[in-house]
Amino acid sequence: MNRQSGSILRNTLTLIVVVLVAWQALYWIVGDIALRSPLQTFAFAGKFMSTPQFAQHLAETSKAFGLALLLAVAIGLTIGFTLGASRFLSDVFEPMLIALYSIPKITLYPILLLAFGLGMSSKVAFGTIHGVIPIALFTITAVRNVKRVYLKTGQVMGLSPLDMIARIIFPAALPEIFAGLRIGFSLTLIGTLLGEMFASQRGLGFLLMSAIGLHNVDLIMALTLLLTVFAGTASVVLLALNQRLYARS
Amino acid sequence: MTQIAQVSLRQVDKMFSRGGNPADTVHALGPIDLELRHGEFFAVVGPSGCGKSTLLELVAGLSTATRGEVAFEGKPIEGRIPDGVGVVFQEDASFPWLSVRDNIAFGLRRMKLPPEEKAKRIEKALAMMGLVPFAESYPSQLSGGMRQRVCIARTLVTEPRLILLDEPFGALDQQTRLLMGDEVLNLWRKTGATVFLITHALDEAAMLADRIGVMSARPGRLIDIVETGWPRDRDSRIVQEESFGAITARLWRSLREESMKSIGKAGTTI
Repeated sequence: MNRQSGSILRNTLTLIVVVLVAWQALYWIVGDIALRSPLQTFAFAGKFMSTPQFAQHLAETSKAFGLALLLAVAIGLTIGFTLGASRFLSDVFEPMLIALYSIPKITLYPILLLAFGLGMSSKVAFGTIHGVIPIALFTITAVRNVKRVYLKTGQVMGLSPLDMIARIIFPAALPEIFAGLRIGFSLTLIGTLLGEMFASQRGLGFLLMSAIGLHNVDLIMALTLLLTVFAGTASVVLLALNQRLYARS
Repeated sequence: MTQIAQVSLRQVDKMFSRGGNPADTVHALGPIDLELRHGEFFAVVGPSGCGKSTLLELVAGLSTATRGEVAFEGKPIEGRIPDGVGVVFQEDASFPWLSVRDNIAFGLRRMKLPPEEKAKRIEKALAMMGLVPFAESYPSQLSGGMRQRVCIARTLVTEPRLILLDEPFGALDQQTRLLMGDEVLNLWRKTGATVFLITHALDEAAMLADRIGVMSARPGRLIDIVETGWPRDRDSRIVQEESFGAITARLWRSLREESMKSIGKAGTTI
């Protein structure tokens, strides 16, 4: 277990160093028109983070992302457990889910906008539809892969159906479900930000879009950095948790 | 013989139909008549695919007989898991997300016992299976043999009157199997429970059981029941006894033809 989390740490540090070196090199090549150097970006980001403007947009994005993630997880797990438990239902609906998954979700955005209007609800909806299908698909497989002998053991012990799900199926499937949650997390984040970029007056996605419009390279770089750091940190934490879960199974 | 048998099977048949098509029905088992006496060690041997595990599932209440009656202590089972029955499967059924102690405690979930009694039983089961030093370990840190002990301990805490073992040592190496055999004999003596063992290993059956039922190729029926006549106080050293060889020889005589049938070579000579 220790060796594994050690290797995550080493990989992460290596990645950070590689990105910083490449970034600096690119800056030397393309210059001030398109980029800022890492140092300039860090300085600007630090300054920008202490403004009330940032706090306001961050709160907006956090709220939209939090809600979207909550919905994606709740709906994804429900679909996953229902279809995973029934051979018939998953035979019918799983191909549909896979087909839906392959649709570029951005093409659905105009419809979502019409249905939910500008603002919070369409952002949340857009984030949710990005995250929900991978979570559902991973959960279906995870539930289906639970060893038959665990179920037989539960049966012999006379567990109620609810106990069977809570005490055996869920913990047995958790490592695989978690892998789906990890992917669902990053896709929901992408969806939420995309929603903010195209039709919103608030949030980090909107801020990024308006910075592009004003050619505010400092702000573009700072926002990109902050979002990358957030998504990267979350991903590393989730990966470490996931490996701990797998180490036990 | 006025006593009710612990387990009785009367004219039991089991059919499987594939895809609900009556024309595509497989007669897996039966008819079988069998009575298990209180406190005996009964083993079943048979060629692969003869329905040994199906037989165990019927007794465990994990599936229902197509015809006939399976009863535990005089009451029909009919697909409901009876109280007082514990099952240990061939595959590793220890839960990887629980520590050894919690795995064992899981066996007591359904039982309404005072917490002190539960704790006492868990400690006893840990001690009995030699798991005390590993109580806080997780199954992934243990060997296959140790994990199987965890499963046995999880069954023991319920203090079952009938223990069903479905090839519990099938996945273990030969030495571990012999030692585990000794431990099962020990448990059987200490708990006084009836043990019903399914195995494909003739020597294992001959070494452990009081009586051995030999099953035919599909549809599985009992074609012979061998009494070993071992004393209750025995261990793996009886493999040196002269009659041990005679018993395994008799088992093999009954089984040879059936085994050939099951691998599709009926009538050929080797």
